[in-house]
Amino acid sequence: MTRFNIIKRDDLPKKREWIIRTLAILFSLVSAGLVILALGFDPLEVFPGMVTGALGTEIRLTQTILKAIPLIVTSLGILVAFKMNFWNIGGEGQILMGALAAAYVALNVEGLPKPVMLLLMAAAAMVAGGIWAFIPAFFKARMGVNETIFTLMLNYIAIKFVTYLQYGPWKSPESQGFPKVATFPDNATLPKLFGIHIGWVIALILVVLVYIFINHTKKGFEIRVVGESKETARYAGMNISSVIIVAMLISGGLCGLTGMIQASAVEKTLAASLSGGYGFTAIITAWLARLNAIAVLFVCFAFAILLQGGSYIQISMQIPAAVADMLQGIILFFVLGSEFFIQYKIGIVRKNIPQKEVA
Amino acid sequence: MEPIKAIEMKGICKTFGSVKANEDVDLTVYNGEVHALLGENGAGKSTLVNMLSGIYRQDCGTVSIYGEEVHFSSPKDPIEMGIGMIHQHFKLVDVMTARQNIALGKSKGLFTRNKQLTKEIRSISDQYGLDVDPDKKVYNMSVGEKQTLEIIKVLYRGAKILILDEPTAVLTPQEIRRLFQIIRTMRDQGCAIVIITHKLGEVMEISDRITVLRKGRTIGTVKTSEVQVPSLIEMMVGKKVDLAIKKEKTDQEKKVLLEVDNLHVINSENKTALSGISFDLHAGEILGVAGVAGSGQKEICETIAGLTRADKGRIFFEGENIIGKTPRDIIRLGIRMGFIPEDRLGMGLVGTMDIVHNLILKDYQNQPGIFLRRGPCEAKARSIVERLDIQTPGIHYPVKKLSGGNIQKVLLGREIDSNPKVLITAYPVRGLDIGASYKIYDLLNEQKKNGVGVLFIGEDLDVLMDLCDRVMVFCMGKVTGIVNPDEVTKEQIGLLMTGGKEGLAHDQI
Repeated sequence: MTRFNIIKRDDLPKKREWIIRTLAILFSLVSAGLVILALGFDPLEVFPGMVTGALGTEIRLTQTILKAIPLIVTSLGILVAFKMNFWNIGGEGQILMGALAAAYVALNVEGLPKPVMLLLMAAAAMVAGGIWAFIPAFFKARMGVNETIFTLMLNYIAIKFVTYLQYGPWKSPESQGFPKVATFPDNATLPKLFGIHIGWVIALILVVLVYIFINHTKKGFEIRVVGESKETARYAGMNISSVIIVAMLISGGLCGLTGMIQASAVEKTLAASLSGGYGFTAIITAWLARLNAIAVLFVCFAFAILLQGGSYIQISMQIPAAVADMLQGIILFFVLGSEFFIQYKIGIVRKNIPQKEVA
Repeated sequence: MEPIKAIEMKGICKTFGSVKANEDVDLTVYNGEVHALLGENGAGKSTLVNMLSGIYRQDCGTVSIYGEEVHFSSPKDPIEMGIGMIHQHFKLVDVMTARQNIALGKSKGLFTRNKQLTKEIRSISDQYGLDVDPDKKVYNMSVGEKQTLEIIKVLYRGAKILILDEPTAVLTPQEIRRLFQIIRTMRDQGCAIVIITHKLGEVMEISDRITVLRKGRTIGTVKTSEVQVPSLIEMMVGKKVDLAIKKEKTDQEKKVLLEVDNLHVINSENKTALSGISFDLHAGEILGVAGVAGSGQKEICETIAGLTRADKGRIFFEGENIIGKTPRDIIRLGIRMGFIPEDRLGMGLVGTMDIVHNLILKDYQNQPGIFLRRGPCEAKARSIVERLDIQTPGIHYPVKKLSGGNIQKVLLGREIDSNPKVLITAYPVRGLDIGASYKIYDLLNEQKKNGVGVLFIGEDLDVLMDLCDRVMVFCMGKVTGIVNPDEVTKEQIGLLMTGGKEGLAHDQI
């Protein structure tokens, strides 16, 4: 008889850890390759296609970076909440509320110089995203309300509210009946640097800021302690409610900023679709980065390659969108699954003595 | 004639990750004997019996029950073989009656047969001299009754081999005596009993043979009648240990450091946890607190430390009323009070963080600016590691990966480092091995010599009486007496632990 023993391990050398991760990626490529083969495509064409599609030319690389920017900023926001063991699933809603506030400023304030206008939009977006995160944080801190459901539900309120504005009161008269909000004036769009809107500079700065905040400030320390054990935080004289609220204002604020960046630089208007699922994808990337701000940068870029490569092969090889999504799913499955093997060891026990089984 | 071998375990190994919990362990228990399994924390006692109760499976080695080799694949198998395990934490359903608890997981068919069951329970009770009212709800029972119920439960399931994991930890001396009486009756009826404990006095009193484990290995099996306590300790620890706890009389003037006056606390479940507690803590003394677990020990500590709100009463720290002050206030006002909570990793320390950050925990509030300053705490961490001889790969090593004794040293080191005037310690040696425990006693004595007032919540009455200058006894949230341990007996303290009269009544069940 053979049986399996699952044992937690906590002493895995870094080298082995990376071997397991590399193997996971290899296996995922093999499995994804088999699926592609079964669907009648050539994996040896599709995979290189994905890579060249994401990095091959300047335009494609630009597209990849454009996808990485919102992912990075949102992941940083999610990370701050997750460090505190606060499951902020409400990134989508916070992004949209941020975009909404930015759009309000962009469309209603006139005559400001561009830098002032953009700063004002960013501030409004961060406040709006922060408020959207503050609501569940307040109820969690005061009454212990479950934040997972709360933040999730607020997403739908935000999405429906923006949809309502888009189809109703904010519909542009010039859009000839299309449900579309007016395009932002020129002074409300983010400028470009090296051909890409300066969101990438903002993202890089934020990575460093969040890293310093979490690891080198007193508030960051408090957030980590509260996430680890509320009792210890109480024992050390921390004001837990205020820590939760501050952390969520930052978390929601960062997500709101994503909304402003997307609205101002990419869509140049407000649209219910501009959050693009980044609020959810960021949960995966924040976890894969092990809640480390620096690692977020690399994980998000890798993820953006996957997204961009996926959409490229749709167009260039007529591969259905569903297949591209499947490939992403398979790769994620293996990478996330490998975390199990990093944390646990599976031993196979073989018993060679002939014996009687009990009952 | 050789008695029947009830349990025979041979060459048992069990590994958790890189930890070898059991390595080549042998254990043989005969019918009609009480067999004590002795060893320090982490010696592998619980791991071994958990394999007998089907919770773990051994990596290698064989287990035989009544001479037949067995392979348990679930906790159900050992029950069918007649093995009954009584865990330290009772596995009872509070809202059900004794009878319902006994019937749980056993009854076949759709309907319960109350009358039949009551008859069976009665016959078991009579046979072994146990007594529990079958219709009493578990939440109305005392700890002793719950334990009796647990025993009846396993006997009803046909257990002939009984394993008791630390059965005396939650009992008063009187209840322990009654439990031992039950164990002896069962032994005389031919049952095999394995009892896990690290209280040596009890081992000498109840057991027939003793198997000593150390660091996952069997050190040996001895007959209780042929062995002395010091040699048992030597087997457990691996070296000779001076067992006397020093109690030095200090000549300090009896200055009152902490005065608790008529304190009332209602806990989160809306029950009275403390009612009318008053006592003084002097400079240069260790004031012990004795009591059955859950008599208000946790609440008194947390109320003094500002973690629990008091409903009535006052607490004076050097003449200043500190009632209503939060831990934050206490830290910021520079009130020199140290607190070693019962739950070290859950309350006192952050397990995943290193020693430095755990020192920062109590320090950062008084740092200026918004940034965390690590420098001073790194130096402090080094000096504490050196002074208290903490075994760690470095000051940047997560504390939860340290051994229990070293974790406690980190916590105690931090609290002592702030030069406290009052030190509150809740079960500071719980889960520590003998060597580490004595190191902690020494450190507390050193603090006492420096004029610190120490409040020591303990569970082992022998230790309380040896270490403390005065012992305060708690019963159900009230102080039933403050005694001088040199002038009273253990039995008298035990009586106070059950509230005097109530204890007597309970004893007659």
